[in-house]
Amino acid sequence: MVFEGLASKLQDTLDKLKSKGRLTEKDVDTAMREVKMALLEADVNFRVVKDFIKKVKERAIGQDVMGSLTPAQQVIKIVNEELTELMGKEESKINFASSPPTVIMMCGLQGAGKTTTSGKLGGLFKKKGKRPLLVACDVYRPAAIKQLEVVGEKLDIPVFSMGDKVDPVNIAKAGVEHGKKNGNDLIIIDTAGRLHIDDELMDELGNIKSEVQPQEILLVVDSMTGQDAVSVAETFDEKLDVNGVVLTKLDGDARGGAALSIKAVTGKPIKFIGMGEKLDQLEVFYPERMSSRILGM
Amino acid sequence: KSYRKIDEELFEDLEEVLIMADIGVDTSLKIIENVKDKVRERKITEVDDIKGLIKEEMKSILKGGENSKLDFSKSPSIVLVVGVNGAGKTTTIGKLSSRLKNEGKKVLIAAGDTFRAAAIEQLQEWSNRSGVDIIAHSEGADPAAVIFDGIQSAKAKGIDVLICDTAGRLHNKVNLMNELNKIFRIVEREFPEAKKEVLLVVDATTGQNAVQQAKVFKEACDITGIVLTKLDGTAKGGVVLAVQSEINVPVKLVGVGEKLEDLQDFDPDEFVDAIFEG
Ligand SMILES: Nc1nc2c(ncn2[C@@H]2O[C@H](COP(=O)(O)OP(=O)(O)OP(=O)(O)O)[C@@H](O)[C@H]2O)c(=O)[nH]1
Ligand SMILES: Nc1nc2c(ncn2[C@@H]2O[C@H](COP(=O)(O)OP(=O)(O)OP(=O)(O)O)[C@@H](O)[C@H]2O)c(=O)[nH]1
Ligand SMILES: [K+]
Ligand SMILES: [Mg+2]
Ligand SMILES: [Mg+2]
Repeated sequence: MVFEGLASKLQDTLDKLKSKGRLTEKDVDTAMREVKMALLEADVNFRVVKDFIKKVKERAIGQDVMGSLTPAQQVIKIVNEELTELMGKEESKINFASSPPTVIMMCGLQGAGKTTTSGKLGGLFKKKGKRPLLVACDVYRPAAIKQLEVVGEKLDIPVFSMGDKVDPVNIAKAGVEHGKKNGNDLIIIDTAGRLHIDDELMDELGNIKSEVQPQEILLVVDSMTGQDAVSVAETFDEKLDVNGVVLTKLDGDARGGAALSIKAVTGKPIKFIGMGEKLDQLEVFYPERMSSRILGM
Repeated sequence: KSYRKIDEELFEDLEEVLIMADIGVDTSLKIIENVKDKVRERKITEVDDIKGLIKEEMKSILKGGENSKLDFSKSPSIVLVVGVNGAGKTTTIGKLSSRLKNEGKKVLIAAGDTFRAAAIEQLQEWSNRSGVDIIAHSEGADPAAVIFDGIQSAKAKGIDVLICDTAGRLHNKVNLMNELNKIFRIVEREFPEAKKEVLLVVDATTGQNAVQQAKVFKEACDITGIVLTKLDGTAKGGVVLAVQSEINVPVKLVGVGEKLEDLQDFDPDEFVDAIFEG
């Protein structure tokens, strides 16, 4: 671990204060400086950290330091509770259409993990008895279609493509038609990576959305993302009203503060996490596990 | 926002700008402290001078390293391109090979990512676009063997610059880092006469994790420079300041788009100015 554990830091800080009975404003201030550092080092957005600290402070001041709990444990407990509250309490599921097919559209910045996650989701639900179809709407990146085809082949899932000379909106529409005709009850649309400030490409996503009306729009975010996660997620969400987030590359050692930032600014749940490059390395997201990771505890 | 005097509030706002640019808490505080010292030493009273001091501080970190320019005047040269998944390695190789070819160099690229789906086809497309030759095996082949072949072919054809792609890997995967170290040793053993550049590609949207990436990749393959990609987005890429001050590896190139021409030499002045814009 790169960082010293927050728990031991807090312990040291608060033990020095030898606070008895109730947590005073000064105790809390000192402790909060450590918490703030830990969150920023974990890449939680600066403004989100500010709001968070304010909230925790308000709760912590005047709290009884009860029974066996030391002041440090008491603060950690409040921080953890507030963090879990922010992250959301339980795991979120995919919305399935009442009459199939269910359409899932993937979106996100370049290299976040959309194509890989498209395959992983197909694989996951295929195992649960669905008949997925992958639709190749990235006509820009070199060999993007081929990549999805290779992924599909490995998973034995069909891939619909029309080459790279057709408008992605038309490919999406034709893909869904194709899926309906062939009895696919789950259609996953892979799209090209794009910057949230690229109006033309953001409009393209908007057009795919209105054309195929997906049940799920998933924003794929790299867990190594720093402070910019907030503006990226906000812009995608404003444009598309996404249903949830997939956080990828969590098999790395990034603390993943982006998860907290995104949840705080968009309110949208993280639904899945990518835990490796292999196509079965996708897991359901459990919010409470993320809090301790972000805090480095 | 306009300030009337130099006070804590001003410094707090500047700290926010630095942290929001992903410079990280430690490096940001260090920069601010140094500026505070200078304010005292130089008896500065004008608020307008503070931003200049901060920029000066940041530029001195970035210019601290030597050999910050890529230099391919020596032939042969070999470039190994490494980094975590999806950072922009393959795209950077496409751009760099085109640039070197336009400078009149004989360039060869080697498809050392034999793992990711269609990574070879992706590099093949870039070799078509830039008009340079490519050495590739098939998916699943030993990457070290591809690099070995690339080197032999570069020697036989009298290539000026051999650029090697590698699979994306997270630095905490020990076996994958060992594999990279093996590739690195093959380069050292088989091509000792070549000038060596090992470029770590870092996505500008990356937060503090890039520091750890740089440390571990440096250990495995002695990186000589950083390529900061995706600077055309809104992320500022400030983590390279933390990287530079911790392990002293300079940024050499920046990626500013997905097209062949979207590669530039790193310009510390421009980079630092951009952190205070928008
Ligand atoms: N370690 C790890 N690697 C991942 C994970 N998800 C995706 N990757 C890798 O990240 C890289 C980028 O993944 P892609 O699926 O191509 O990303 P993308 O968003 O489709 O990229 P573009 O289409 O270029 O925008 C590849 O090397 C993947 O193998 C994950 O959860 N863990
Ligand atoms: N906007 C922008 N996109 C970039 C830039 N450089 C690369 N990309 C995009 O980022 C995505 C990933 O790029 P790749 O070159 O495939 O990255 P990689 O590091 O080779 O990925 P893996 O081999 O899967 O680890 C692609 O969609 C590229 O088009 C850049 O400077 N700006
Ligand atoms: K930028
Ligand atoms: Mg893709
Ligand atoms: Mg690549």
